[in-house]
Amino acid sequence: MNQPSDDVLRDMHRRMVRIRVFETEAGRMAEAGKIPGALHLYVGEEAVAAGVMVHLSDDDWITSTHRGHGHLIAKGGEFDRMFAELYGRATGYCRGKGGSMHISNMELGMLGANGIVGAGPPIAVGAAFSTKFRNTDRVAVSFFGDGASNEGSFHEAANMAALYKLPAVFVCENNGYGEYTPQKNHQAIKDVADRAAGYGMPGVVVDGMDAVAVYEAAGAAIERARAGDGPTLLECKTYRFFDHVGVRGMGLSYRTDEELQEWQKRDPIHMFEAQLAQLGVLSKDAAAAVYDAVSADVKAGIEFAETSPLPDPATLLDDVYA
Amino acid sequence: MAEREITYVAAIAEGATTILNEQDSAFIAGEDVAGAGGVFGSYRGLLDEFGPGRIVDTPISEEGIVGLGVGAAATGLRPVIDIMFMDFMGECMDEIANQMAKMRYMFGGAAKLPITVVTMSGAGMNMAAQHSQSLEAWLCHLPGLKVVTPATPYDAKGLLIAASRDDNPVFVVMNKLSLRTSGPVPEEAYTVPIGQAKVVREGEDLTIVTYSRMVREALTAAETFAKEGIDAEVIDLRSLQPLDIDTVLASVRKTGRAVVVHEAVRFAGLGGEIAAQIQEQAFDDLDAPVARVGAPFSPVPFSSVLEQTYLPNAEKIVAEAKHVIGL
Ligand SMILES: Cc1ncc(C[n+]2csc(CCOP(=O)(O)OP(=O)(O)O)c2C)c(N)n1
Ligand SMILES: [Mg+2]
Repeated sequence: MNQPSDDVLRDMHRRMVRIRVFETEAGRMAEAGKIPGALHLYVGEEAVAAGVMVHLSDDDWITSTHRGHGHLIAKGGEFDRMFAELYGRATGYCRGKGGSMHISNMELGMLGANGIVGAGPPIAVGAAFSTKFRNTDRVAVSFFGDGASNEGSFHEAANMAALYKLPAVFVCENNGYGEYTPQKNHQAIKDVADRAAGYGMPGVVVDGMDAVAVYEAAGAAIERARAGDGPTLLECKTYRFFDHVGVRGMGLSYRTDEELQEWQKRDPIHMFEAQLAQLGVLSKDAAAAVYDAVSADVKAGIEFAETSPLPDPATLLDDVYA
Repeated sequence: MAEREITYVAAIAEGATTILNEQDSAFIAGEDVAGAGGVFGSYRGLLDEFGPGRIVDTPISEEGIVGLGVGAAATGLRPVIDIMFMDFMGECMDEIANQMAKMRYMFGGAAKLPITVVTMSGAGMNMAAQHSQSLEAWLCHLPGLKVVTPATPYDAKGLLIAASRDDNPVFVVMNKLSLRTSGPVPEEAYTVPIGQAKVVREGEDLTIVTYSRMVREALTAAETFAKEGIDAEVIDLRSLQPLDIDTVLASVRKTGRAVVVHEAVRFAGLGGEIAAQIQEQAFDDLDAPVARVGAPFSPVPFSSVLEQTYLPNAEKIVAEAKHVIGL
């Protein structure tokens, strides 16, 4: 079931590369002092966003996290307006008011990155309620971390989604850490998906480094939601290759280089490219062309941001109210 | 006492160390306080010194963490609870407002809640709307809580220790942008009494009442005034609840003019309360209405130009104070 077509495979690959290159450059710009504030980068986790988002259209909603650029990119975010937002420019998706932690785009169905851990799931439940209320077949997908799965807000949201049989999907991006705390020190279970039983919904664990595995599991969950059969808790085991904040972060030794290297051997993009090459879906040259195009896009995005005007101070009080 | 210059964040760490040393029933709990030593470095080294029983990493569960503090305090421990950013009080407000603040009163005085909550306020670091707020007014509106706001390394250590020795819930609202500032701090344990303001600059012509990071902005404003021959007195409240209004009144009776300054949103901020108390009790001594400086009525924006427009600063204090002086 849910076998991805060659086009879908190439589409997923392109989304993953877009995230990787964008995030790598954003990290570089942050370390160069060009992007202010805190950036939580998504490198290493690309297969999750791509494997889920390829099933969604602009009319489907997602809620994101503090680590939200990847979600927005996979949902169709444009680099120019994204970089402009990270740079705090007037041309950014949030007119410079949100920044990395609040980047959002309503037209793309992206209800915001979020500075509050665990804030997304209840909002996704509201979006799912809304789509059901209006009798559409749209779904709401909530991304959240292993750490966020310990917030009461997540539990309340999951219970309500199951109770009302809402078209929601809860995607737990389990990267093994909440900030600097390993999962074993923040919860007594290994699989967050185990919790699904307590809410009365299916819980599925999938290899979050395997784009096709994510694609298949997410497809089943989203199909189930669209069919009116209620929510699913989909846990994707993944890993972030950069630090919690920025690239090198605070330099704390909370995880080992060996552990990082083990996970990097299973780099989701490299594994996927090997798979695609073997299937004859994407040649080496074709893959290289994707990187070239995406890199040009990133370059243009940064240039757009750097040449964009700063917000007019007179806009400070705009949009506090409708 | 042996004194040396240390940073605000080092002073917090010394205060925390003192607490764990002097109180066997004290423990510190919060997100990434142990292994990481706190995301701001406030607790660095404490895990090695005291072990995981005394400094406890928690899940990301603010309501659970604060509730744990309430329950532990009610049953005989002296918890120090760390809420990383003040903005995250949103996640645990029931435990704060309906449990911690009221339990003793509702139980007819039978329960005692010696709990200290350490949290971090303030903007100026491009952390945007959910990591930059100054929400002390939320806390000051809740009978049962005490609220202190250290502006200096000395006060950070002294107020933290005072909070932990107090038998009531005390919020120690630290300030992010002050973390790397330095000042003289005694090596020994000491307290800064809760409920005592400090005149940090004496003057005759105008009283600037403020707290937390705005103390530095007020002092800069006072220097600007000094060049124009105006002698401003600056009061650091240090404690917002209880509020040392007597120190404020004594100053206003001398100068006849007052400006209240805080980084928090001006509307319904502490400034309104303080201005009201001044006019209630020193109306006849006032030569002008009490002025207020605070943030405009908007969330904290991300972009630097907007954030700097948003933030109160010395320049804005000077501009507002000039109306009071009649310049
Ligand atoms: C309510 C709240 N508590 C704490 C934080 C601080 N914080 C930011 S990210 C983070 C870790 C989140 O871990 P997880 O959900 O696993 O996401 P990851 O960073 O691993 O992607 C924490 C504790 C926050 N932003 N919001
Ligand atoms: Mg995590």
